Amino acid sequence: MSTTTIPRPSKPWGVNFKQTIPDMIAAFATVLLTYAIVAYTPLKGKLAFVIVLFLVAVMASAAISGIRRDRKAAMNSISTVMIYVAGMFVIFPLGSILYEIIKRGIGGLSFGIFTTDMAVTASDAPLNEGGLIHAVIGTLYIVVIASLISVPIGILTALYLTEIKGKASGTVRFFVQAMSGIPSIVAGLFIYAVWMIALGNQYSAFAGAMALSILMVPTVARTSEEVLKLIPSDLREAGLAMGGTQWRTVAMIVVPAAQSGLITAVILGVARVAGETAPLLLTMGGADALNLNPFAGNSSAIPFYVWKNFLLGTETAIDRAWSGVLVLMIIVLFFFALTRFLSGRKGRF
Amino acid sequence: MSTATSTLPPKRVITTKPRFSDKVFRAVVTTGGFSSLVILGLISLFLLYNGLNVFKSEGLKFVTGFDWVVPLPEEGLAAQYGIGAMLYGTVVIGLIALFFAFPISVGAALFLSYYAPEWLKKPMVLVIDVMAAIPSIVFGLWGFFVLMPHAEYWAKLIHKYFGFIPIFDMPANAFTRSPFIAGLVLAIMIIPIITSISREIFAQTPLDRIQAAYALGATKWSMIKSVVFPYGRGGVVGGAMLGLGRAIGETVAVYTVLNIVFDIRIEVLLSAGGSVASMIVNKFGEANPEELKALMASGFVLFLVTLLINFLANFIINRTARE
Repeated sequence: MSTTTIPRPSKPWGVNFKQTIPDMIAAFATVLLTYAIVAYTPLKGKLAFVIVLFLVAVMASAAISGIRRDRKAAMNSISTVMIYVAGMFVIFPLGSILYEIIKRGIGGLSFGIFTTDMAVTASDAPLNEGGLIHAVIGTLYIVVIASLISVPIGILTALYLTEIKGKASGTVRFFVQAMSGIPSIVAGLFIYAVWMIALGNQYSAFAGAMALSILMVPTVARTSEEVLKLIPSDLREAGLAMGGTQWRTVAMIVVPAAQSGLITAVILGVARVAGETAPLLLTMGGADALNLNPFAGNSSAIPFYVWKNFLLGTETAIDRAWSGVLVLMIIVLFFFALTRFLSGRKGRF
Repeated sequence: MSTATSTLPPKRVITTKPRFSDKVFRAVVTTGGFSSLVILGLISLFLLYNGLNVFKSEGLKFVTGFDWVVPLPEEGLAAQYGIGAMLYGTVVIGLIALFFAFPISVGAALFLSYYAPEWLKKPMVLVIDVMAAIPSIVFGLWGFFVLMPHAEYWAKLIHKYFGFIPIFDMPANAFTRSPFIAGLVLAIMIIPIITSISREIFAQTPLDRIQAAYALGATKWSMIKSVVFPYGRGGVVGGAMLGLGRAIGETVAVYTVLNIVFDIRIEVLLSAGGSVASMIVNKFGEANPEELKALMASGFVLFLVTLLINFLANFIINRTARE
C-alpha cells in the first residue's frame, strides 16, 4: 500500500514571506527615520515623536502601495490610516474623562456626604465635613417636577404626530426638531423673564424644573414618536373595527402596547436634563442648606453644587466639585444604562 | 320555473358622527401637539419684550458695537450695550470646534460604516452615545483641569512654529483660557452629534451603487469618494450645522475654559475671547435691572441665531434622508 500524500492547499491570494519583505524594510526605515528626525532637528519631545512617526508611517505606506500598484492605491492607504486615526480619536476623550472623574472624585466620596449639607461648612474645610444631600434632593425635585410637566406635553405631541396626523403634523415635527436645539441658557432666561420678572416670584426648585422641562419636551416627544410609529396599524384598525372610539383605541391598545418604549423616552429625557447647569444658574439661587420646599426658597442641584465649588477654587472645594461630578456621572450613566436595558429587552414592541 | 323578483333594499346611509369622547380626545391631543410651537412663540415674545428697550436705544449698534459699559448711577453716563465682540467670539470658537470636529467625526463615521470590524461597531456606537449624554459641566471641569495644561503646551508649539501667521501671533504671554482651548472642548462635545448623524446618512447609501463601484475595480477610498460622499453630502453638512448650533449655545463648558473679553482679536491662542451664552451667565449675577434687559436682548439674539441654524440643518438633513 502506497500512501498518497496530499499536498497542502496553496493560497495564491495569501501574502507570502517574500512579499512582506518590503513592508518590513519600510517599517524599519520608518522608525529609523523618525529617530533621526527627532534627534537632528529642533523637533523634540514625545509629542513631536508621535507626530513625526505618524507622518512618516503614512508616507511610507503610501509609497509602498504606490510602487506596488498605482496612485489610487496610494491614496487608498493614506485615507485608510486617516480614518482609523479618526476612529481612535473618538474613543480617546471618553476614556480620559471617565478615568479623571473616577481618579479625582473618588477621594471625596463617602457615605457621610449623602447625609449632610454645606450650610455650616467652610469652603476650605476638610473633605469629611459637609456633604451634598441638599444638591441630591434638589436634583431629585427638579427632575421629578420637570418630568411631570414635560412628559404629558411630550407624549401628547407624539400622539398628535402619529395618531391624529393633522394638517400641521409636518410643521409641528419641524418645530419640535428645532426646539431640541435651543440653548439651555435661553430656557433659563425665558423662565426668569416669565416667572421672576413678569410674575414676581423668587428663586425656587420649581422655577428650575420649569426651565428644564422646556429642554425635556423635545427629547420625550421625538423618542415617543419613534416608538409609536413602530406600533402596527393593524392594532389600531382592530380596535376601531370592534367599535372602539379613537380615544378608547389609543388609551387601551396603542399606549399600553408602546408602554416600555414610552418609559424609555421619559428616562432619555431625564438623562438629558439631569446634568443641565446653565438654566439652573438663573432660576434656582443655589443654596448651601437643605431646602425641602420645592416651591419657595433658594435650592441647589448637583450641577449647581459642582459649579459653586468650582468657582470657589480652593483645593478642597475643587475636590468637592470632582466628587459632585462623579455622583452626577453615576446618576446620568445609570439612567443611560436603564434606557439601554429597557429598549434592548425583547419587549412586545 | 318562476323567477323571483328581487327588489333592491334601500341604500343604507353610513355616517360617522364623532362621539363626544373622541372630540375631547382630539382637542386635547391637538392642543398638546401645538404646545411646542406655543412655547417657542412665548420664548421669543418674552425675550423680545424684555429686551425691546435695549434694542430701541442701541439700535443696530447692539449687534455691531463691542462695548458693554454699565456706568455707576452717580457717574450719570449713558450705558452702552454691544455684543458684537461676543458674536464674533462665538463664531470663532464655533469654527475652531468645527475645524477639529468635522474631519474627525466624518472619519469616525466612515470608520464605523466601512472599516471597523463587526465586533468593534457596537461598543464604539455605545461610546459615542455615552459621550453625547455627558453633561456640559463635566466637559467644563475636564477641559479646565485635564485638557488645558496639554492644550496650553500645544498652543505654545503652534505659536513657536506658525507664529508668523497673524492668527497664531501672541501679543502677551497668556496661553490659557483662549478661544483655541474653548474650541477644542467644544469639538469634543459636538463630535458625537456629527458622527451619529453622518453615520445614519452613510448607512442609507444604496448598496447596489457601492457594489457597482467595487465591481468596476474601485479601491475603498475611490468608492467612498465617488458613491458615499456625493450621496451623503447634504446630511453631513446638516450634521455639522447641528453641531455648530450646539457649540454656539453652549454655556457652562465654555465659561470655564474661556476668558471673556469685550474686544475683537484675531489671535486665537490669546487668552481673550467671547461667547454670547457664557457672557450672559458671566454678567447675570451682578446685573442691575437695566443690564438684565440687555442680557435678555442678547438671549433673544442667541435664540434667533440657533433657531435659524437648526431650521436650516434639519431642513437639509430631512431632504437628504428622504431622497
